[in-house]
Amino acid sequence: MLEPSVRRQSMQIVSFGVAYAVATAFTHNTYYQLIMAVVPVWAVMGLAWNVLSGYSGLVSFGHAAFFGLGAYCVALAQIGWGLSPWLGIPCAGVVGALAGLVIGVPTFRLRGHYFALAMLAYPLALLYVFEWLGYQELALPMQRQAPVAYMQFDDHRIYALLAVALMIGTMGLTGWIERSRFGMSLLAIKQDEAAAEAAGIKTMAWKLKAITLSGAIAGAIGGLYAVILLVVTPPAVFGMLVSAQALIVAMFGGVGTLWGPVIGAVVLVPLGELLHAELGDVVPGIQGVVFGVAIVAVILLAPEGVVWKIKDLMLRREARRVAAQPRAQPPAAEPRSAAVAERPVRRKHRDASVVLETRNVSKAFGGLRAVRDVSIKVVSGEILGIIGPNGAGKTTLFNLLNGFILPDRGQILLEGRDIVGRRPYEICAAGVGRTFQVVKPFRRMTVVENVIVGAYVHAASDHDARGVAQEALVQAGLDADAQLLAGRLPNKQLRLLELARALAGKPKVLLLDETLAGLGGAEVDEMIAVVRRLAAKGVTTVIIEHTMQAMVRLVDRFVVLNDGAVLAEGQPADVTRDPAVIDAYLGKRWRVANA
Amino acid sequence: MARGRPACSPVNTPQLAENFLQALTAGLLTGALYGLMCVGLSLIFGVMRVINFAQGDFMMLGMYVAYYTFSRFAAHAGFGAEAGPYIAALIAGPAIFVAGLIVHKFLVSKVTGIRGSTLESEGHYAQLILTLGVALIFQNGGLYVFGSAPVSIATALSSSAWDVGPLYGDAIEIFVNQGQAVAAVVAVAVVMGFVLLMGRSRLGKSLRAAADNPEAAIYMGIDVDRAHRLAFGFGVAITAIGGGLLASGGPFQPYVGLEYVIVMYAGVVLGGLGSVSGAFFGGLTIGLVQQLSTLFLPNQLQNSAIFVVFLIIILLRPQGLFGTATRRT
Repeated sequence: MLEPSVRRQSMQIVSFGVAYAVATAFTHNTYYQLIMAVVPVWAVMGLAWNVLSGYSGLVSFGHAAFFGLGAYCVALAQIGWGLSPWLGIPCAGVVGALAGLVIGVPTFRLRGHYFALAMLAYPLALLYVFEWLGYQELALPMQRQAPVAYMQFDDHRIYALLAVALMIGTMGLTGWIERSRFGMSLLAIKQDEAAAEAAGIKTMAWKLKAITLSGAIAGAIGGLYAVILLVVTPPAVFGMLVSAQALIVAMFGGVGTLWGPVIGAVVLVPLGELLHAELGDVVPGIQGVVFGVAIVAVILLAPEGVVWKIKDLMLRREARRVAAQPRAQPPAAEPRSAAVAERPVRRKHRDASVVLETRNVSKAFGGLRAVRDVSIKVVSGEILGIIGPNGAGKTTLFNLLNGFILPDRGQILLEGRDIVGRRPYEICAAGVGRTFQVVKPFRRMTVVENVIVGAYVHAASDHDARGVAQEALVQAGLDADAQLLAGRLPNKQLRLLELARALAGKPKVLLLDETLAGLGGAEVDEMIAVVRRLAAKGVTTVIIEHTMQAMVRLVDRFVVLNDGAVLAEGQPADVTRDPAVIDAYLGKRWRVANA
Repeated sequence: MARGRPACSPVNTPQLAENFLQALTAGLLTGALYGLMCVGLSLIFGVMRVINFAQGDFMMLGMYVAYYTFSRFAAHAGFGAEAGPYIAALIAGPAIFVAGLIVHKFLVSKVTGIRGSTLESEGHYAQLILTLGVALIFQNGGLYVFGSAPVSIATALSSSAWDVGPLYGDAIEIFVNQGQAVAAVVAVAVVMGFVLLMGRSRLGKSLRAAADNPEAAIYMGIDVDRAHRLAFGFGVAITAIGGGLLASGGPFQPYVGLEYVIVMYAGVVLGGLGSVSGAFFGGLTIGLVQQLSTLFLPNQLQNSAIFVVFLIIILLRPQGLFGTATRRT
């Protein structure tokens, strides 16, 4: 019961594997046979790198650590205990997985540059350790009696077939990752880690899973590499070129794609090998130069690899074709003029239970007391507006509410339970959804994928998540744009996208951070209509804004913040007449205009 | 598998003290050179926020420039065998400065600055990988151009030592390698000259402004692209001088740069990002760690010790290292 797209992908992978195997079978020159065996090794190594770095965006310069440990695991196990590589390679996978976990736990505290550099240090440190241990050169002992039981074949083509089998398996695994919650979560982390965490993604757990799996694959293929070459030396398996080659084949072909690392390996590895064989005597190091030139060229011409370049070109052509056709106008949800004229319906709160409450919450950044003793209550079903001038502490308050930052003092209660100290994804799962002042979409994912990421937090299955996401898109009025790339949306749609993503997590309370910012007059009305429609369905909403006009038409109640403290709260009509509010915030002109 | 020192030698205090002082001296002398190299890297990172993976390979180029300058010209040009190596090292500076300008103009500038900001994750991805490519080209191209056989600048000074002591009766005696000592003095002089340049000159001010806030600097009429280019040129040139000074210390080959990339980043991170004087003392500390580690670790693990220290530094101080940027909403 496979979906058609899955079946097609599996067919493509298997066909490629079979074609490669057939090509191998017709290769008679032993040197070419060796190249045929090495290409899938580097393809798998690139795929392993891709699982972590391609999808999560954490660039690893240290995959040689896993590769080398795997290679030494197989070699040492055979030398020391006579363990056959048939068992040694799975063991190498386990060792790689463990190494991934051990490296991941501390190193994931780092991001960007620091993560990349720290990863570089691991294999280099291991290289010297293995040299010091006296393993400068380990040869796998020949097993004349039972060569097959020890994975020793006179015919190099069999190694190539083994490598291809591993490659097909890894490609299948990668395909599954791409389709599942695993891959989507990693992609979300890559594009905006804060937004992913706020949308309920357990970022640390997914990253650890990724590095463990990635380490396992790299370890296993390192083990096979040892079997193919029969000799293991520290520079050959822990050296910089190993990490670089993993990264280069993936970068060249396409970061974060299934076929990218494979294409990279198929093009670059034979090229480097053949040049090395032909010109190695005259031009030593030609292989490294070719790899260097290849990635420099890729970065300058197709920064995310060949596959993405082609995809982008196809998308652009598609966009031109679509633009040529007149686009059906999405049906207006309600007449705009009516939405503007109408005052919000004052909902009688059937059960005026408190959903979210802060008690004396304070937060200081150095000497700046951004939030001072703020105590507010958000009542079920209401739209609460938080207004205040720039720097009043509005966004800081939201960041406290959803767990991005910890308060210095005070309690934050969600339905009576204190949530201070919980991680943002836990708070999201508990029922706080939010949007951002500066929009944080996952730009390289489609609109519907963005919302699916938000739906995972309460979804039992990927199928379930799709359904929830679809519903949220309809609620936000974005269903017509579901298949567009988020990066291509204009501001209003991006705001709606964030709203839908937050809604998909089925929040008990929705925090909207300056959702009206940067919108034109008609767009403001549209956004107000959407928020009001959600409120009518019982979604409790807290909205931040610094302009009063639009908010007067939207909210049930105001809290006015000034200098981090609550200046006033109450019904819109009362708050706008409060002299303290007028002095601190609205200014004299408001008083004159509304006198 | 017990290796290394004999386990139960009787405790010999003067011997231990001598070993310690000897390692301390060696650490300070190597550390001064590391400090100089770190200053170069710190300038690039501080101004451009770019990780230059090829920094070690620019250093390697500096070593070869010094080597060829010395062996072809300097020895015969009347500098003599004593001053020659240091003059050759200083000549590596301007040579690599030009190389840095070229690499920046045609490669690095395409993924940094304003252009970089349009790429995914502000181009960090692209910068790391581009400079990795440059590093691979330099290393492997170096094999072709310079050959794979290790070379070194042999000088009269590098094989002679000052004898300090005997101290403490006659129990302690320390040797100070003259070549290393002079190199360290030159390194400190270059660092001080550069610190003065950054603090006093118009160029230094514009570089610091570009580092502090590139956008504001543009509005103030500072050519940020030019500032970046100069920072890159000066950064690799300073590191190259460090490499040139190191070249008379022992044999090297085209792959030498990689190890020093970690040494340099360890120093820069330790010293605090963007701080030039901090980078110098960071590099000095790394030199000390490397040499002092030989007191209780086998020689082969010297470099592992550096990597472990580097990992500990960046793992223990992450908040100080990438600020609060990841949590900004």
